[in-house]
Amino acid sequence: MNHEIIEKNLGLMIPLIIVAISFGFLVEVVPLFFNKDMKTPVEGLKPYTAVQLEGRDIYIREGCHTCHTQMIRPFRAETERYGHYSVAGEFVYDHPFLWGSKRTGPDLARVGGRYSDDWHRAHMYNPRNVVPESKMPAYPWLFTAKIDHKTTPKKMEALRKVGVPYTDEDIAGASDAVKGKTEIEALVAYLQNLGTLIGNK
Amino acid sequence: MTSFWSFWVSIISLGSIFGCLWLIYVTRKSQTTDTETDQTVGHAFDGIEELDNPLPKWWLYMFVATCVFALAYYVLYPGLGNYKGMLSIELEEGSVPWTQVNQWQKEVEDAEAKYGPIFEAYGATPIEELAQDAEAMKVGQRLFANNCAVCHGSAARGGIGFPNLTDDDWLYGGSAEAIKATLVNGRMGNMPARGLNPDMTNAQIDDMVHYLLAFSGRSDDQEAAERGAAMYQTACAACHGPDAKGNQAIGAPNLTDNIWLYGSTPKRMKHTLLYGRAGVMPAQSDRLSEEKIHLLTAYVISLSQK
Repeated sequence: MNHEIIEKNLGLMIPLIIVAISFGFLVEVVPLFFNKDMKTPVEGLKPYTAVQLEGRDIYIREGCHTCHTQMIRPFRAETERYGHYSVAGEFVYDHPFLWGSKRTGPDLARVGGRYSDDWHRAHMYNPRNVVPESKMPAYPWLFTAKIDHKTTPKKMEALRKVGVPYTDEDIAGASDAVKGKTEIEALVAYLQNLGTLIGNK
Repeated sequence: MTSFWSFWVSIISLGSIFGCLWLIYVTRKSQTTDTETDQTVGHAFDGIEELDNPLPKWWLYMFVATCVFALAYYVLYPGLGNYKGMLSIELEEGSVPWTQVNQWQKEVEDAEAKYGPIFEAYGATPIEELAQDAEAMKVGQRLFANNCAVCHGSAARGGIGFPNLTDDDWLYGGSAEAIKATLVNGRMGNMPARGLNPDMTNAQIDDMVHYLLAFSGRSDDQEAAERGAAMYQTACAACHGPDAKGNQAIGAPNLTDNIWLYGSTPKRMKHTLLYGRAGVMPAQSDRLSEEKIHLLTAYVISLSQK
């Protein structure tokens, strides 16, 4: 039997398995690498400022993306609630993107400007203070912990290597921009910037 | 998509489907029997042997069915490179090929046709009349729950830092026009730390708290209250008025009515004086249609009329 040759020959079987399972990737992902729409930022898109970038890292550290998506799908039910559906050009400077895959809490793709800074602080300190039925955890430590300003320029340099257009000035001023800031300030700055480039109506 | 990538996608996609069919065909061809037997493939590992039976029919037919389904999908929907699929959607602008964005557009247009006239009618009704309309207020209540309750609470009673909308006490005025302006443009409050007197000492702040507590008969130190009153005229009166009744033009609250946005305890008053406050009401004109804002204005007014 022919398949005995493959089954008894690991050196042959491994590449063949890789070929067999790569079709989806080749069709669904590889063409996007060469697609202009995927790489062109939407009008007005700016790289995160130093403070926003640190806020984003806190968002990742605290695992916000495990319960909140940042991806509004083109369904009316979603666009009525969250605003215009997300488009590829909004995420060009996101490394990695934080689309998430599960909504325990609401989508945050366009949360920027939706609530006041005060609300975000009250909510993060203890969500039950403003939304009694909320089951989101409280994050009181963000109010006392300070940002580590020494690593910010390094983060921006790394992002520049993968295509985020930070200038030398941005990087030089990064440490001073975040120095002494609390984590909650950075996180709120990040949230208030999310999805604000495309109108919500 | 360039034609190269279009071909690339098409060839690999169709190739995979036909490849699967071919694979199942050759597997079936090499079958030795048509029915189940006890015959084994002839090898044994640790005493475990493998039967050499034909593929179960239900499984085989299901496999073929999935391939047929996939091909039908490629005919109907966009997927094979630049081929747009046979399905189309009737939009107002005419017939367009099915895409998820076109389908969304269709959903939006259908909803607009269904709900548009309802909101248009609400938009054309004067706010005072709308506030008496039980049906409209039910719709308003839903809008409020979705868009406003997160800060103002589901019962609209607010919280610390978020105004109560049911008490008929207004920072920026309670007229229909003022409420609508608040909704459309938002509001940005700004109470500077230590009012207009950056040199205010902590002891003077304590005096000021006594002065403010005295309006509701809660001060136990008349002398301190009197000292506070003197300081009030230089540091606070410009915004809150000489009689401390506030100024709705700039959102300076009335300090004499014992309604405290940031809490009524002396400790909280002191905090406000020490650090200032900057309450923000986000603008809604970007999110909600004019008619919906009109309806919400009526709803907010109806809250304090109950």
